[in-house]
Amino acid sequence: MGVVCFDVKKLVYVYLVRYAEEQQDLALLSISTFQRGLKDPNQLIRASALRVLSSIRVTIIVPIMMLAIKEAASDMSPYVRKTAAHAIPKLYSLDPEQKDQLIEVIEKLLADKTTLVAGSVVMAFEEVCPERIDLIHKNYRKLCNLLIDVEEWGQVVIINMLTRYARTQFLNPNINESLLEEGNTEGKTFYPSDEEEDEDEDEKEKEEKKAEAMAKRKPYVMDPDHRLLLRNTKPLLQSRNAAVVMAVAQLYFHLAPKAEVGVIAKALVRLLRSHSEVQFVVLQNVATMTIKRRGMFEPYLKSFYIRSTDPTQIKILKLEVLTNLANESNISTILREFQTYIKSMDKDFVAATIQAIGRCATNIGEVRDTCLNGLVQLLSNRDELVVAESVVVIKKLLQMQPEKHSDIIKHMAKLIDNIQVPMARASILWLIGEYCEHVPKIAPDVLRKMAKSFTNEEDIVKLQILNLAAKLYLTNSKQTKLLTQYVLNLAKYDQNYDIRDRARFIRQLIVPTEKSGALSKYAKKLFLALKPAPVLESPFKDRDHFQLGSLSHLLNAKAGGYQELPEWPESAPDPSVRNVEVPEWSKCSAREKRKEKKVDKPFYSDSDGESGPTESADSESNSGSGSDSGSASDVSASASESEESEEGSESDEEEDKDEPKHNKKKLQDMKKPTHNTESEQSSEEEKKPQRKPKTRKMSESESESEESDSESSESESDESDSEPEIRKKKKVDPKASKPVKKEAKKESKKEMSLLDLDDFEPAPSPQVTPVNFMSSSLVTDLEGLSLSDDVLAPATISPSSSMKSFELLHRITGEGLSVEYCFSRQPFSPDANMVSVQLHFTNNSSSDVSALHVEDAKLQSGMRVKEFPEIEALAAGDTTTAVMGIDFCDSTQAANFQLCTNSKKFLVSIQPPVGELMRPVFMTENEFKKEQGQLMGMNEITEKLTLDSHCRNEHAIVQRVTTAANLSRVPCGADHECRFAARTVTGNSLVLVTVAIKQEAAQVTVNCDKMLIGTMLVKEILQALAQ
Amino acid sequence: MVPLPPVVAAGRGRRVNMDLSRPNLQLSVEGARTGPQRNWGEAGSEEDFKVKNETKRREPPSPSSTMIHSLFLINASGDIFLEKHWKSVVSRSVCDYFFEAQERASEPENVPPVIPTPHHYLISVLRHRIYFVAVIQSEVPPLFVIEFLHRVVDTFQDYFGVCTEAAIKDNVVVVYELLEEMLDNGFPLATESNILKELIKPPTILRTMVNTITGSTNVGEQLPTGQLSVVPWRRTGVKYTNNEAYFDVVEEIDAIIDKSGSTITAEIQGVVDACVKLTGMPDLTLSFMNPRLLDDVSFHPCVRFKRWEAERILSFIPPDGNFRLLSYHVSSQNLVAIPVYVKHNITFREGSSQGRFDMTLGPKQTMGKAVEAVLVSSQLPRGVLNVNLNPSQGTYTFDPVTKLLSWDVGKINPQKLPNLKGSMSLQAGASKPDENPTFNIQFKIQQMAISGLKVNRLDMYGEKYKPFKGIKYMTKAGKFQVRT
Repeated sequence: MGVVCFDVKKLVYVYLVRYAEEQQDLALLSISTFQRGLKDPNQLIRASALRVLSSIRVTIIVPIMMLAIKEAASDMSPYVRKTAAHAIPKLYSLDPEQKDQLIEVIEKLLADKTTLVAGSVVMAFEEVCPERIDLIHKNYRKLCNLLIDVEEWGQVVIINMLTRYARTQFLNPNINESLLEEGNTEGKTFYPSDEEEDEDEDEKEKEEKKAEAMAKRKPYVMDPDHRLLLRNTKPLLQSRNAAVVMAVAQLYFHLAPKAEVGVIAKALVRLLRSHSEVQFVVLQNVATMTIKRRGMFEPYLKSFYIRSTDPTQIKILKLEVLTNLANESNISTILREFQTYIKSMDKDFVAATIQAIGRCATNIGEVRDTCLNGLVQLLSNRDELVVAESVVVIKKLLQMQPEKHSDIIKHMAKLIDNIQVPMARASILWLIGEYCEHVPKIAPDVLRKMAKSFTNEEDIVKLQILNLAAKLYLTNSKQTKLLTQYVLNLAKYDQNYDIRDRARFIRQLIVPTEKSGALSKYAKKLFLALKPAPVLESPFKDRDHFQLGSLSHLLNAKAGGYQELPEWPESAPDPSVRNVEVPEWSKCSAREKRKEKKVDKPFYSDSDGESGPTESADSESNSGSGSDSGSASDVSASASESEESEEGSESDEEEDKDEPKHNKKKLQDMKKPTHNTESEQSSEEEKKPQRKPKTRKMSESESESEESDSESSESESDESDSEPEIRKKKKVDPKASKPVKKEAKKESKKEMSLLDLDDFEPAPSPQVTPVNFMSSSLVTDLEGLSLSDDVLAPATISPSSSMKSFELLHRITGEGLSVEYCFSRQPFSPDANMVSVQLHFTNNSSSDVSALHVEDAKLQSGMRVKEFPEIEALAAGDTTTAVMGIDFCDSTQAANFQLCTNSKKFLVSIQPPVGELMRPVFMTENEFKKEQGQLMGMNEITEKLTLDSHCRNEHAIVQRVTTAANLSRVPCGADHECRFAARTVTGNSLVLVTVAIKQEAAQVTVNCDKMLIGTMLVKEILQALAQ
Repeated sequence: MVPLPPVVAAGRGRRVNMDLSRPNLQLSVEGARTGPQRNWGEAGSEEDFKVKNETKRREPPSPSSTMIHSLFLINASGDIFLEKHWKSVVSRSVCDYFFEAQERASEPENVPPVIPTPHHYLISVLRHRIYFVAVIQSEVPPLFVIEFLHRVVDTFQDYFGVCTEAAIKDNVVVVYELLEEMLDNGFPLATESNILKELIKPPTILRTMVNTITGSTNVGEQLPTGQLSVVPWRRTGVKYTNNEAYFDVVEEIDAIIDKSGSTITAEIQGVVDACVKLTGMPDLTLSFMNPRLLDDVSFHPCVRFKRWEAERILSFIPPDGNFRLLSYHVSSQNLVAIPVYVKHNITFREGSSQGRFDMTLGPKQTMGKAVEAVLVSSQLPRGVLNVNLNPSQGTYTFDPVTKLLSWDVGKINPQKLPNLKGSMSLQAGASKPDENPTFNIQFKIQQMAISGLKVNRLDMYGEKYKPFKGIKYMTKAGKFQVRT
C-alpha cells in the first residue's frame, strides 16, 4: 500500500478484511503488498502482515497463507509465532483440507517454550485437532509450568484443555469415595421415606460388601504429573479474571481429590460480587456443585442470601443453591430466611421460594410438618399467585403422607371457591379425588359445585373434574351417580377433543353396561391405585456430566463443538509418555521426579518384606541415569512396581496395625464420605516415618544418595502437606518416629560429604561423571527446597487448627446453658489491641434462652472488653458462636464479667494463657537477629530441657510451640534451630523465641522486654515440649 | 490496490468517521426498531430469511470455531447502533432472538445473559444501559465471553471517560480500532489498557484540536513494543516530572440487617486502587500492618504471587496510570462493625387508607469518624399512592409511578439524629399491603478502613528518584440492606 499514514493503513486493513469475501478479485490485488510485509525486518510489521493476510477469506490464497504460516511458525520473534498460531484456525475454517499440514505446524508450535505462544497455540489445537491428545504428552509438564505466566485468556483455554487431558491420562483420585458414594445414593433412592429401620440389616450387609470391595481395590497413588497440574493451577484462583477462576474451579471439581476441592469455594463466592452476568454463570455452576459436594459451600451459606435488589434470575439461582445446601442443621435458619423472601414484592421470586420450601420439606423429614403448616398459612395470602403456588406444592407434600392431613385437604376444598388460577384448582380437585375417602362428606359437594361451573373452567380443570367424578363414582356411587353422569354428558359435548376423549374413556370404564369390557372390573384399581409420591428434585441434578463452566453446561444441552469430558480410565495409561528428552535446563526437575518415585518404592516394598528386587532396580537406575532414555524406562518400571507393591503393603498394614480402629473408621466413613480422605491421609502419614528404617538398612554405598533422595522427597511432600496432615504428625506413634531424628542428623552429615564420597568411588565409565555433577546440583536444589519450606511454614501452619477450648460456664451451673471459649487467633478487627475470644454457646436446656449479653465487667485497671452483639435468642438444643474482644493489657489476669440472659446472670471469667497475649509478626532472619541483639541481658530468659523421643523432629517442635503460643515462624538458615516471633497484643513489644535442638536436649530462649511475659512463656513452651 | 471509497483515502478525522460508517459500521439510525412498535410478523419473515441465509453461508463443514464471531451494541430503545464482525458477517437479524428475550423479561437486567438460537448463541452484558451482544457459534466458556465484554466496556470507559451511546458514536473510529486490536479472529489479543494506549492514543480535547489543525492522527506514530516486553502490562519509556504513587484503600460493607436490627450477614469487600505515575521501570513493594486480615484476595497480574504466599508482601512492577492492584474479602467469620443503625416504624392500618412512616438513622461503631453522603432508598409497596413526609434534614423524593422513595440525608450529626416522619396514603378500599419494604442505605466514611487494614510501607526499587507517596482510606456501603 502506498499510503504512508498508519491510521489510514489500519482502516484500509479493516475495510479489506470486511469486504474481501464479497469482492474477491479486488482483494487479491492487495496480496503482494502483504507478502512483501512478511519479509519486513520489523517483527511487528511481519506479524500484522500475517494477521491481515490470514484474515482475508478468499480460497485462492490458501497456499500462500499456508506458506506464510509455516514460515512464521519458525520466525525468531515469539510475537510473530503467536500470530502464526492465531492464523491456524483461520486457515482451517477457510479450507479444512489443510488439516494435516496445520497439525504439523501446531505440533511445532506446541514445543515452543515462550509464554506468549502457549495460549494461542493451545487455542489453535483446540479448534483444529482436539482429538490429537497425543500431541500434548511431551508438552504437558511445560504447559503446567508456564501456565501462571501465560496471559489470562490463554490460561482459560489451556486449563480447559488440560482438564480433558488429565481425564484421559490419570486415574480417578476419588476412586474409593466414588464407590462409597454409589452405595449412598443407592441407599437414598431405595428408601425414599424415613421408614428404614427394619432394613438396617440389609444395609449393614451392603456396607460389609463395600468394605470388602474397598479392600480389594488398589490403593490410589496420585501421579506426580496430576499433582503438578493441581499445584500449578491453584494460585490462579486468585486471578482477577472471572473466566480463569471458573476454569480452575472446574478443573479442581473434575480432577482433584475430594478433600482438596474445597479451596475453590472461596474463590467462587468471591465472584458473586462481580457483575450480574458473571454471578449468573457462577451461580449456575455452584448449583451443580452443591448437589454433588454440599459440604464445600456450607460455610458460605450466608453469601447466598438474597437481597431485594438482585435481579430475579439471580434470586432464583441463589434460592436453588440455598435449597441444595439445606440440611438438618441449617434448615431452621434457611426457613427463617425463606420467610422473609415470601414477603417480597417480586411475585415470581415468591413463587420460586414456595417451591423451594416444598423441596426442603421433602428432603428433610424433620421440617416437613413445619413447612406444611407454613404453606397452609400462605393459603390465606392475598396474592393469588402465592396461593396457587402453595396449593401446588402442598399437593405434592400431602401425597407423601395423606392420612395425617385430612384437615388440610378440607381447608383446601374450601379454597376452591376463591382460587381462580387453573393449575391450583386442578391440584385441589386432584387431591380431593385422590383422597376422597378421607373427606367423604366434602368431596361430593365439591363435585356438585364443579359440575355447576364446568362449562366455564379451563381445560386442565375440566379434566380434573372428570377425574374427580370418576373416582367418586367408584367409591361413593350412591351419592354421586347422577352428578357423574351429568358431568360426563357435559364433557361429551365439550369443544376440546381431549376432554371428549377422556369422557368417553371414563364412561366405558366405570359405568357398567351389558357389553362393558373386561377392563371395567379393574376400574377401581386403575383409578385408585396407590401413586408414588413425586420426587421434587433440583433441575441441576444431572448437569454435571457436562464440563462445568462450559456453554453446554449452562444451557444443559450440547453446544456445537463441545468436547465431551471423558470418563476416568480404568487403569492409568503409561505415564512415561510425558517424559521429555530433556534439554539441559529441565534435567534436574525430571530427575527429582524420578527420584521421588524411587523413594516411595523402597518404603512400600519394605513393609511388604520384598526389598530384593527394588534394590536391584535402584542400583540399575543409579548407574544408568546418565542416559536419558534409560531414566525414562526406569520411571515407568519403578512406577508400576511401586503400584504393585503398594497394593500388598497397604492392605497388610491396615490389617495388622489397627484392625479394630480401622473398622470403626470405615464405618464412620460410610456415614461421612468427607471423613474418609482424612483418615486415608492419616494412614498414609502413619506410614511415612517407616520409610526411614528401611533406608538405613540399605547397603552403605547406596545409602548416601538414597538418603538425600528421601530428604528431597520429604521436603517436597512437606510443601504440599495440608494442615490436617501436620496435625496428624503428632499422632504418629513414637516407635516409628524414633529413628527419624537420628536419621535426619545422619543425613545432613552425609549430605555434606556426598561429593567427596562419590569421588572416592572408582568411576566405572565416563558416563558416571554427569551423575556426580548432577548430585552436586541436587544438593543445592535440596538446600533451595528446604529453604522454601521454611519460608512457607508460617503460612501452612495455621494456628486455628490447634484451637483449644476452655470452659466458661458449665452446663449445670449455667442451668442448661453451657459456654466454651477459645482463642481464635484472628485479629479482632474493631480494635487491634484486643485479643479476640470466640465464645461457643450451647443451649442444653429444654427452653429457649434469649437476650444473651455481657454486663458489668469487673476488670483490672486498664483492661477493656468489647462485648459481642447481643444474641437475641438461642433455641433449645441450638448452638451459636460469638466473638468478643478483650484487652488484657499483656497480663494473664482474668477478665471477669457477667453473662446475662433475660432472666439470669452468671459470673464468669476468662483467663488467657500467656501464649494468646501476642499476635504473630513476620520478620526475616536478619531482622530477627538484629532485634535479638537488642534484647539481651535481663530481657533474655533461657531454659533447657530434655526432649521427649517423639518430638525431636523440627515439625513436631514447630507444631507444639505454635500451639502453645500465637507465634509465627521466622525463616532460619541454621539447622537445629527454630525461631519464632510475635508482638504482644496491647504493648506491641516484641517476643522472640528460639528453640535450639542438641540431640536429646533442647534450649528454649525467649527475648522479650516484658520479663514477666518472657518467664511465663518459657514455662509454657517447656511444658508444651515436654508433654 | 483496493478501490476505496474516495472519502476514506482523502479525508481524516471526523468526516472519515461518518463516511466510513456507511459500508462498514451501519449506524442504523434509519432502521431504528423501537421496542413497542416492533412488528413481530415481520420479524418472522426476517427469521426465515436469516435461516436461509445461514444455511447458505455454512459452507465450511466443520463447526467454525471462532470464539467471538460478532458484536452488536444495542441501546435502551432497542436500536442496534454498532456492529463489528471478526469473521464472516452475521446478519443482524440474529438479534431478533435477543429482542424476544428482552420482551419476555420484566426488567432490563433480567434478560438472560446467554440465549441459544438455532445457529448461534448470544451472550450479552448490560452496562450503562447499553447491551453488548456477542454472537458465538460453538462451545466456549460463557464467562470467557462475559469477562471479555466487560473488559471492552472498561476500555471504552478508560478511553472516553464515559461509555454512552453518544461517546461511542463520537469516537467511532477509535472504537473500531480498539475492537480490531482487542480480538483477532475472535480470540482476545490485547486487552491490557497500557498496550492499547500505546497502539491507539486515547482522544483528548487537546489532541482532537491538534489533529484537526495539523492533520495528524490518534494512532501511535511508533510501532508499539508493549506486547513484546516481559512486563506486558507496562508501557515502555514512561517519563514524568513529578513522580507520584497514590493508593486508595476502599472498603465496602455488604450487609443484611434484619427487622430487629441484628446483623444477618455482613462482610467487607475491599479494593486497593492505585494511581502510579512513575518514571522508568520501578519495582514496588507494599506491605500491610495486618495482612492476615485478608481472607481472600485477587490480584492484578503484575503482583508476584509467590512473594505474597511466602511473606504476605505485595511486590510488583506497576502498570502506568490507574489500575486495581488488589481486591480482597474479609469474611463474615470476623466481626464486622456496622457503622450505622436504623430505627424504623412503618405501619399500615387495616381498613384505613393511611399508613405511618417513621425512620431514624444513627451512627455506631464509627471510631469517631463522620458518616457522610448518606442516602436511603426504598421501594415502597405498590399500594402506596403518595407520601407526605417531613425530614429533619436533607431532602426526600418519591416517585408515585415506580414507588421509589429516596432520602438524601447528607452527613449524620450524632447530636441531632436525622429523622424522616410522616404519613403515606394508600389506595382507598385496597387491603393493606403485605409486603415489607427494604431500605438500601449508602454512606461514606472518610479516612477509615472499617476492617482495620493498614498499609505499613511502600518501597521502591529499581529507580533512583524519590517518589511522592500517598495513601487514602475510605469505607463505603456496598449492598447494605435493612429489612423491615
